[in-house]
Amino acid sequence: HYPHTPTSFLPPPAKYGGRHTVTLIPGDGIGPELLNHVREVFRFSCVPVDFEVVHVNSAVETEDDINNAITAIRRNGVALKGNIETKHTMAPSVKSRNNLLRTSLDLYANVMHCQSLPGVQTRHKNIDIMIIRENTEGEYSSLEHESVSGVVESLKIITRNNSLRIADYAFKLAREKGRRRVTAVHKANIMKLGDGLFLQCCREVASGYPDITFDSMIVDNTTMQLVSKPQQFDVMVMPNLYGNVVSNVCAGLVGGPGLVPGANYGHVYAVFETATRNTGKSIANRNIANPTAMLLASCMMLDHLKLYDHASSIRNAILNTMNETRLHTADIGGQGTTSEVVQTIMRFIQSKGQLTSEY
Amino acid sequence: VPVASGTGGMQTVTLIPGDGIGPEISSAVMKIFETAKAPIRWEERNVTAIKGPGGRWMIPPDAKESMDKSKIGLKGPLKTPIAAGHPSMNLLLRKTFDLYANVRPCISIEGYKTPYTDVNLVTIRENTEGEYSGIEHVIVDGVVQSIKLITEDASRRIAEYAFEYARNNQRNSVTAVHKANIMRMSDGLFLRKCREVAENYKDIKFTEMYLDTVCLNMVQDPTQFDVLVMPNLYGDILSDLCAGLIGGLGVTPSGNIGANGVAIFESVHGTAPDIAGLDLANPTALLLSAVMMLRHMGLHDYGNKIQTACFDTIRDKKVLTKDLGGNSKCSEFTADICRRIQDLD
Repeated sequence: HYPHTPTSFLPPPAKYGGRHTVTLIPGDGIGPELLNHVREVFRFSCVPVDFEVVHVNSAVETEDDINNAITAIRRNGVALKGNIETKHTMAPSVKSRNNLLRTSLDLYANVMHCQSLPGVQTRHKNIDIMIIRENTEGEYSSLEHESVSGVVESLKIITRNNSLRIADYAFKLAREKGRRRVTAVHKANIMKLGDGLFLQCCREVASGYPDITFDSMIVDNTTMQLVSKPQQFDVMVMPNLYGNVVSNVCAGLVGGPGLVPGANYGHVYAVFETATRNTGKSIANRNIANPTAMLLASCMMLDHLKLYDHASSIRNAILNTMNETRLHTADIGGQGTTSEVVQTIMRFIQSKGQLTSEY
Repeated sequence: VPVASGTGGMQTVTLIPGDGIGPEISSAVMKIFETAKAPIRWEERNVTAIKGPGGRWMIPPDAKESMDKSKIGLKGPLKTPIAAGHPSMNLLLRKTFDLYANVRPCISIEGYKTPYTDVNLVTIRENTEGEYSGIEHVIVDGVVQSIKLITEDASRRIAEYAFEYARNNQRNSVTAVHKANIMRMSDGLFLRKCREVAENYKDIKFTEMYLDTVCLNMVQDPTQFDVLVMPNLYGDILSDLCAGLIGGLGVTPSGNIGANGVAIFESVHGTAPDIAGLDLANPTALLLSAVMMLRHMGLHDYGNKIQTACFDTIRDKKVLTKDLGGNSKCSEFTADICRRIQDLD
């Protein structure tokens, strides 16, 4: 499980009668169907989690829906979500709902563990990279203005506090997981002050972890290295936008958006989703989406809730099912359907002798 | 459209050999061009930073004069001095000639194996503004603001170049790469200009894709991409990512298009000081950039001949430089290419 702040800082868990309540935001595209499958698997496995479903309508301009969702997450402490579409045909004042959620709840660390899966064919093997991405500032500060007609300024904000915070998270996680090396990704040769500050903060934190090697790499070289020799990377820490690029490259290297789960952690709240946050509109409602990423995200959530046995049971079932090539969905080169994959996972769980509800 | 300059059918090109391995790879290119009897007259110039009358840094006047006249340049790697008090030479060149478009065709080299085959795309990067405006402030202690600038004019200009390039090089589609979901106004403006320009090029398919989706798809299936146009930072990252797909900066050509018809083609690898002067360097990147230059000038036959000879040498694997997996000298690699050119004639 991932590190928490001491329990004295956390509000009492939303847990009554041994059951947890988790906010569920279906989102758009493939979100709703994937989350339905999560509920199906949880129900089947008798997981003691109840979902409070909050819908966020991406087609309206008001922020009522997203504010409701944020309040629900404050109440429950934990959420599982699909991606909410950002219609950028709307006015620029209508900001990304996903971003609003992350910044309002101060989910400062986006964590993605990219691992080669044995049952999946990829060009590169033996990839095992943890990506820790600053999740609240940088290029995602949403501060833009048109000072002169036809000239737009977009502000990238880097702060000492948030840079120290994310570097600290990265090193703590690396130590906890027994990882040997942390690489900071940046463009400080060009953005001397902004990325320079980020790099400096990483160095400061690194000095407190002499057991872990620290190095840095410029972002363009990083992508070049990732597509030729990804095995060289261990733990990577970076500001927001480079995190977006690097996590998508890595997800692609291990087999695509359907496989990798992602987590957004703050000191108080945690929100789980697929790592690459795709809406998948073109494959929605066709029973072809890969349920793996979202199901693995739900396992990360179960670990966070300390329901370790349930997490392991479902995770094992998923990974075993991945070995059955004939069940692979289209995104990993097969012709299987979403429901076939989910049924197989449930059958596997049942075969292990766990308590399950009626099949 | 290239303008023929010079006499007797020969066209003058300003050659900037550069530093480190620059001079030797430039010699290799000149030798190959001579063998191919390409109608190019080289005018060598050095580019170092000098202080002009107003106290501003500039490139030497004879270099500027040569380029203004010839309009075409070929450049090797320039070292970036640290703490020399002046900006990088590449930046100086960019500003002097308003080199607004960086163009990198990334085509898999048969015979130089990477995990990716069949890569055939072109990245076109806006090279004057965006995240590289260099405008940063410390707001209060511990809070830094970096400004990304997107203008209507620069966005329109790069979009127009991208579509013209697509048309002139028989490419089918142009994809604008952006993050307008997050950077609504800036990338939104960039996207709008691309859409407007696309209206005038109905023969070219126009699509839009998020930067992260491009990255995700690029490493799974690069064959789905054709021409990509984007602002500065995304261009910087993506052009290097794509170079990585085909084998790295040692084999990737690059061209910079400026206002007033100036175009400077260059290798984008470093100066490799550790092997400079030892006849070990790989001239492929500079050679392929020179081929790009020939095509830009309308000299397609010469360009194709030289490229074919170069690719054949690599495919044959008998005379490869160290970085390509062999242990031959630069001069041997060059001689092999020259021999093949003579055989092709």
